[in-house]
Amino acid sequence: MTQNTTTAGSPAIALRDATKRFPTKDGGTFTAIRDVTLDIAAGEFVAVVGPTGCGKSTTLSLVSGLEPASRGTVRVHDAPVTGIPDGVGYMFQADAVLPWKNVLDNVALGPRYRGMPKRDAEAKARDWIERVGLTGFEDRYPHQLSGGMRKRVAMAQTLITEPSLLLLDEPFGALDVQTRELMQDELLELWSGTGAAVVFVTHDLTEAISLADRVVVMTAGPATIKDVVDIDLPRPRRVEEIRLTPEFIEIYKRVWDSLREEVEITRARGASRVA
Amino acid sequence: MSLETQHPDSTVTASSASTASTASTADGETAPRKRRTRDWRVVTGVRILLVVVWLASWEIAARTIIDPFFYSSPSAIWQKLVTWFTEGTSQGSIWSNILITLEEAVLGFIIGTIAGVVLGVLLGRSRFLADVLAPFIKGANAIPRIVLASLFVIWFGLGLSSKVATAFVLVFFAVFFNAFQGAREVDRVLVDNARILGANRRDLLRTIILPSATSWILASMHVAFGFALIGAVVGEFTGADKGMGLLINKSQGNFDAPGIYAGMLVITVIALVAEWLITRLERRLTSWRPPSTSQAAGI
Repeated sequence: MTQNTTTAGSPAIALRDATKRFPTKDGGTFTAIRDVTLDIAAGEFVAVVGPTGCGKSTTLSLVSGLEPASRGTVRVHDAPVTGIPDGVGYMFQADAVLPWKNVLDNVALGPRYRGMPKRDAEAKARDWIERVGLTGFEDRYPHQLSGGMRKRVAMAQTLITEPSLLLLDEPFGALDVQTRELMQDELLELWSGTGAAVVFVTHDLTEAISLADRVVVMTAGPATIKDVVDIDLPRPRRVEEIRLTPEFIEIYKRVWDSLREEVEITRARGASRVA
Repeated sequence: MSLETQHPDSTVTASSASTASTASTADGETAPRKRRTRDWRVVTGVRILLVVVWLASWEIAARTIIDPFFYSSPSAIWQKLVTWFTEGTSQGSIWSNILITLEEAVLGFIIGTIAGVVLGVLLGRSRFLADVLAPFIKGANAIPRIVLASLFVIWFGLGLSSKVATAFVLVFFAVFFNAFQGAREVDRVLVDNARILGANRRDLLRTIILPSATSWILASMHVAFGFALIGAVVGEFTGADKGMGLLINKSQGNFDAPGIYAGMLVITVIALVAEWLITRLERRLTSWRPPSTSQAAGI
C-alpha cells in the first residue's frame, strides 16, 4: 500500500490557524492550541502525539464541532464547522457507553437517534456486535463487562454510524498492553477499506507509528504543530510485528528526537510548579 | 447553588444490605457465605431480644413505678389497637381513617414528585433559569412549611385538598433538590457522545439526563414519602373531619395516651410498607447498576 497524499481533491479535514482559548477560573484565558494548520485527506490515518496535557484533545473537539474555534477556521468536507458535522464518529478517552443500557441498545444508539426503526437498528447492531467479537453479550450491562469489552462496545457504537471522519482520543489508554495491541489490530482491520479519515490522539509513540500514515508532533502547551512525519510502513500491518522492524525503529528515533524536547519542557514546567 | 440532597449511594447500600442475606442462601454454600447467614440469624435474634426487653421493662414499670395514665403501657396500647380494629374508633372505622390519610399522602406525594422532577430537571439543565430562581427557591425552602398547614386549612377547608397541599409542599422540595442535582451532575462525556451519535434535545433528555438523574430522584423518594405522611397527618392535626391525624388529636384532647401511641404505630407501619414498595421500585428501575458490595450502611 502506498502513502496517502493530501494533494488530491479537497481534504476531509482542514484546519487553518485554528486557535482555542478557554476562560480560566481566575478570570484569565488559557490557550489550549495555537495556530494549528493541518489537512487530512479522506482515507488517511493521522496520529497526533504530544506531551501530556498539551491540548491534543482540543483539536478533536474543534473538528467534531463540540467546541467552536476562538480564531482561525475549521472545515470538514469543505464546509465550515458550525454544529456537529455529518459523518463524524468520536471515541472518547473516558467510558462513554451508557451504563443503563445493555450492549445491544448501546450499539443501536446511533441508528436510533438518526431515526432508524427499532428492528432495523437492532439487526444492524447485532452485526456490529459480531464484528467486534461480542456475540453472546448483547444483554449484558456495561458494569458486567471488562474494560476491553467496554471499549469494543464503544468502538461498535461509533463505527455503526459509518463515519467518514473518525476521531479517537486515546481510546485504548486505560487498557493493559495485550488488550491494547489486540484492539489496535482490530481497529486497523475495521477501518481498512472504509475510506474514513482518522485522527488518533495518543501520547504513546509506538501506538502512533504502528497505526498511522502520518504522525503529527505537537509542542508543549499551548500546542501547535512542531513536526509532521510520514510513516512509510507497508499495510496491512500487524502492530506486534511491525514494531520490531528496523524501519520502525528508525522512524521511532526520528519522531522521538522531535518529541523529546517538548516532553522535557513539559516536565520542567511540572517540576517548577511542584517546587 | 449548593443544596441539601439525599445522595443516591446511601440508599443503594441500604437496600443491597437486605438482599445479601437472601442471596447467600440461593447459590453455592461456600464457607464465608455460611458465616454471613449465621451472623444474620444472630443479628435478628438480638433485635427481637432488644424489643422484648424494652416492652417488658416498660410494662413492668407501668404496673409498678410510673403512672400509666401519662406514659401508658404496651398492653394498654395493644388493647387500644384491638378496639380500633374490631369495634372502630370515635371517628368511625379505623380503615376509613387510614384510607383518608393514605389518600392524602399518596396524592401529595405523586403531585409533589412530578412537580419536583419537572422543575428540578428544568433548572438543572438551564443555568439561566437556575440563576434567576435560586434565591426564590432557597427562600421558599427556608419557610417553616409545616406552618403552611394552617394557611391551607383556611384556603382549602377541612377536606382532602388542604392536606394534599401540605404533603405537596413537603415532598416537592425534597424531590426538587435531588432532581436538580441529578440533572446537573450528568456526565459531560455521555452527553457529548450522544450528541455525536445524533441525539437531539429530546433524545438527550429521554436517554441521558433522565436515566442519569433517576438514582438521585429515587433516593429522595424514600424521604419524600415520609414527608408526605407527615404533611397529611399534620394537616389533619390542624383541622380535619377524618384521618389518623385527627384520631391522634382527639386522643390528645381526651388525655388518651394509648390512643396517641396506637395512632403512631399505625402510621409507622404505613410508612414502612411504603418504604418497602419504593425500594422495590428502585431496584427495578436501577437494575443496570452494579450490586453494591458494601454492607456497612444498613441504617
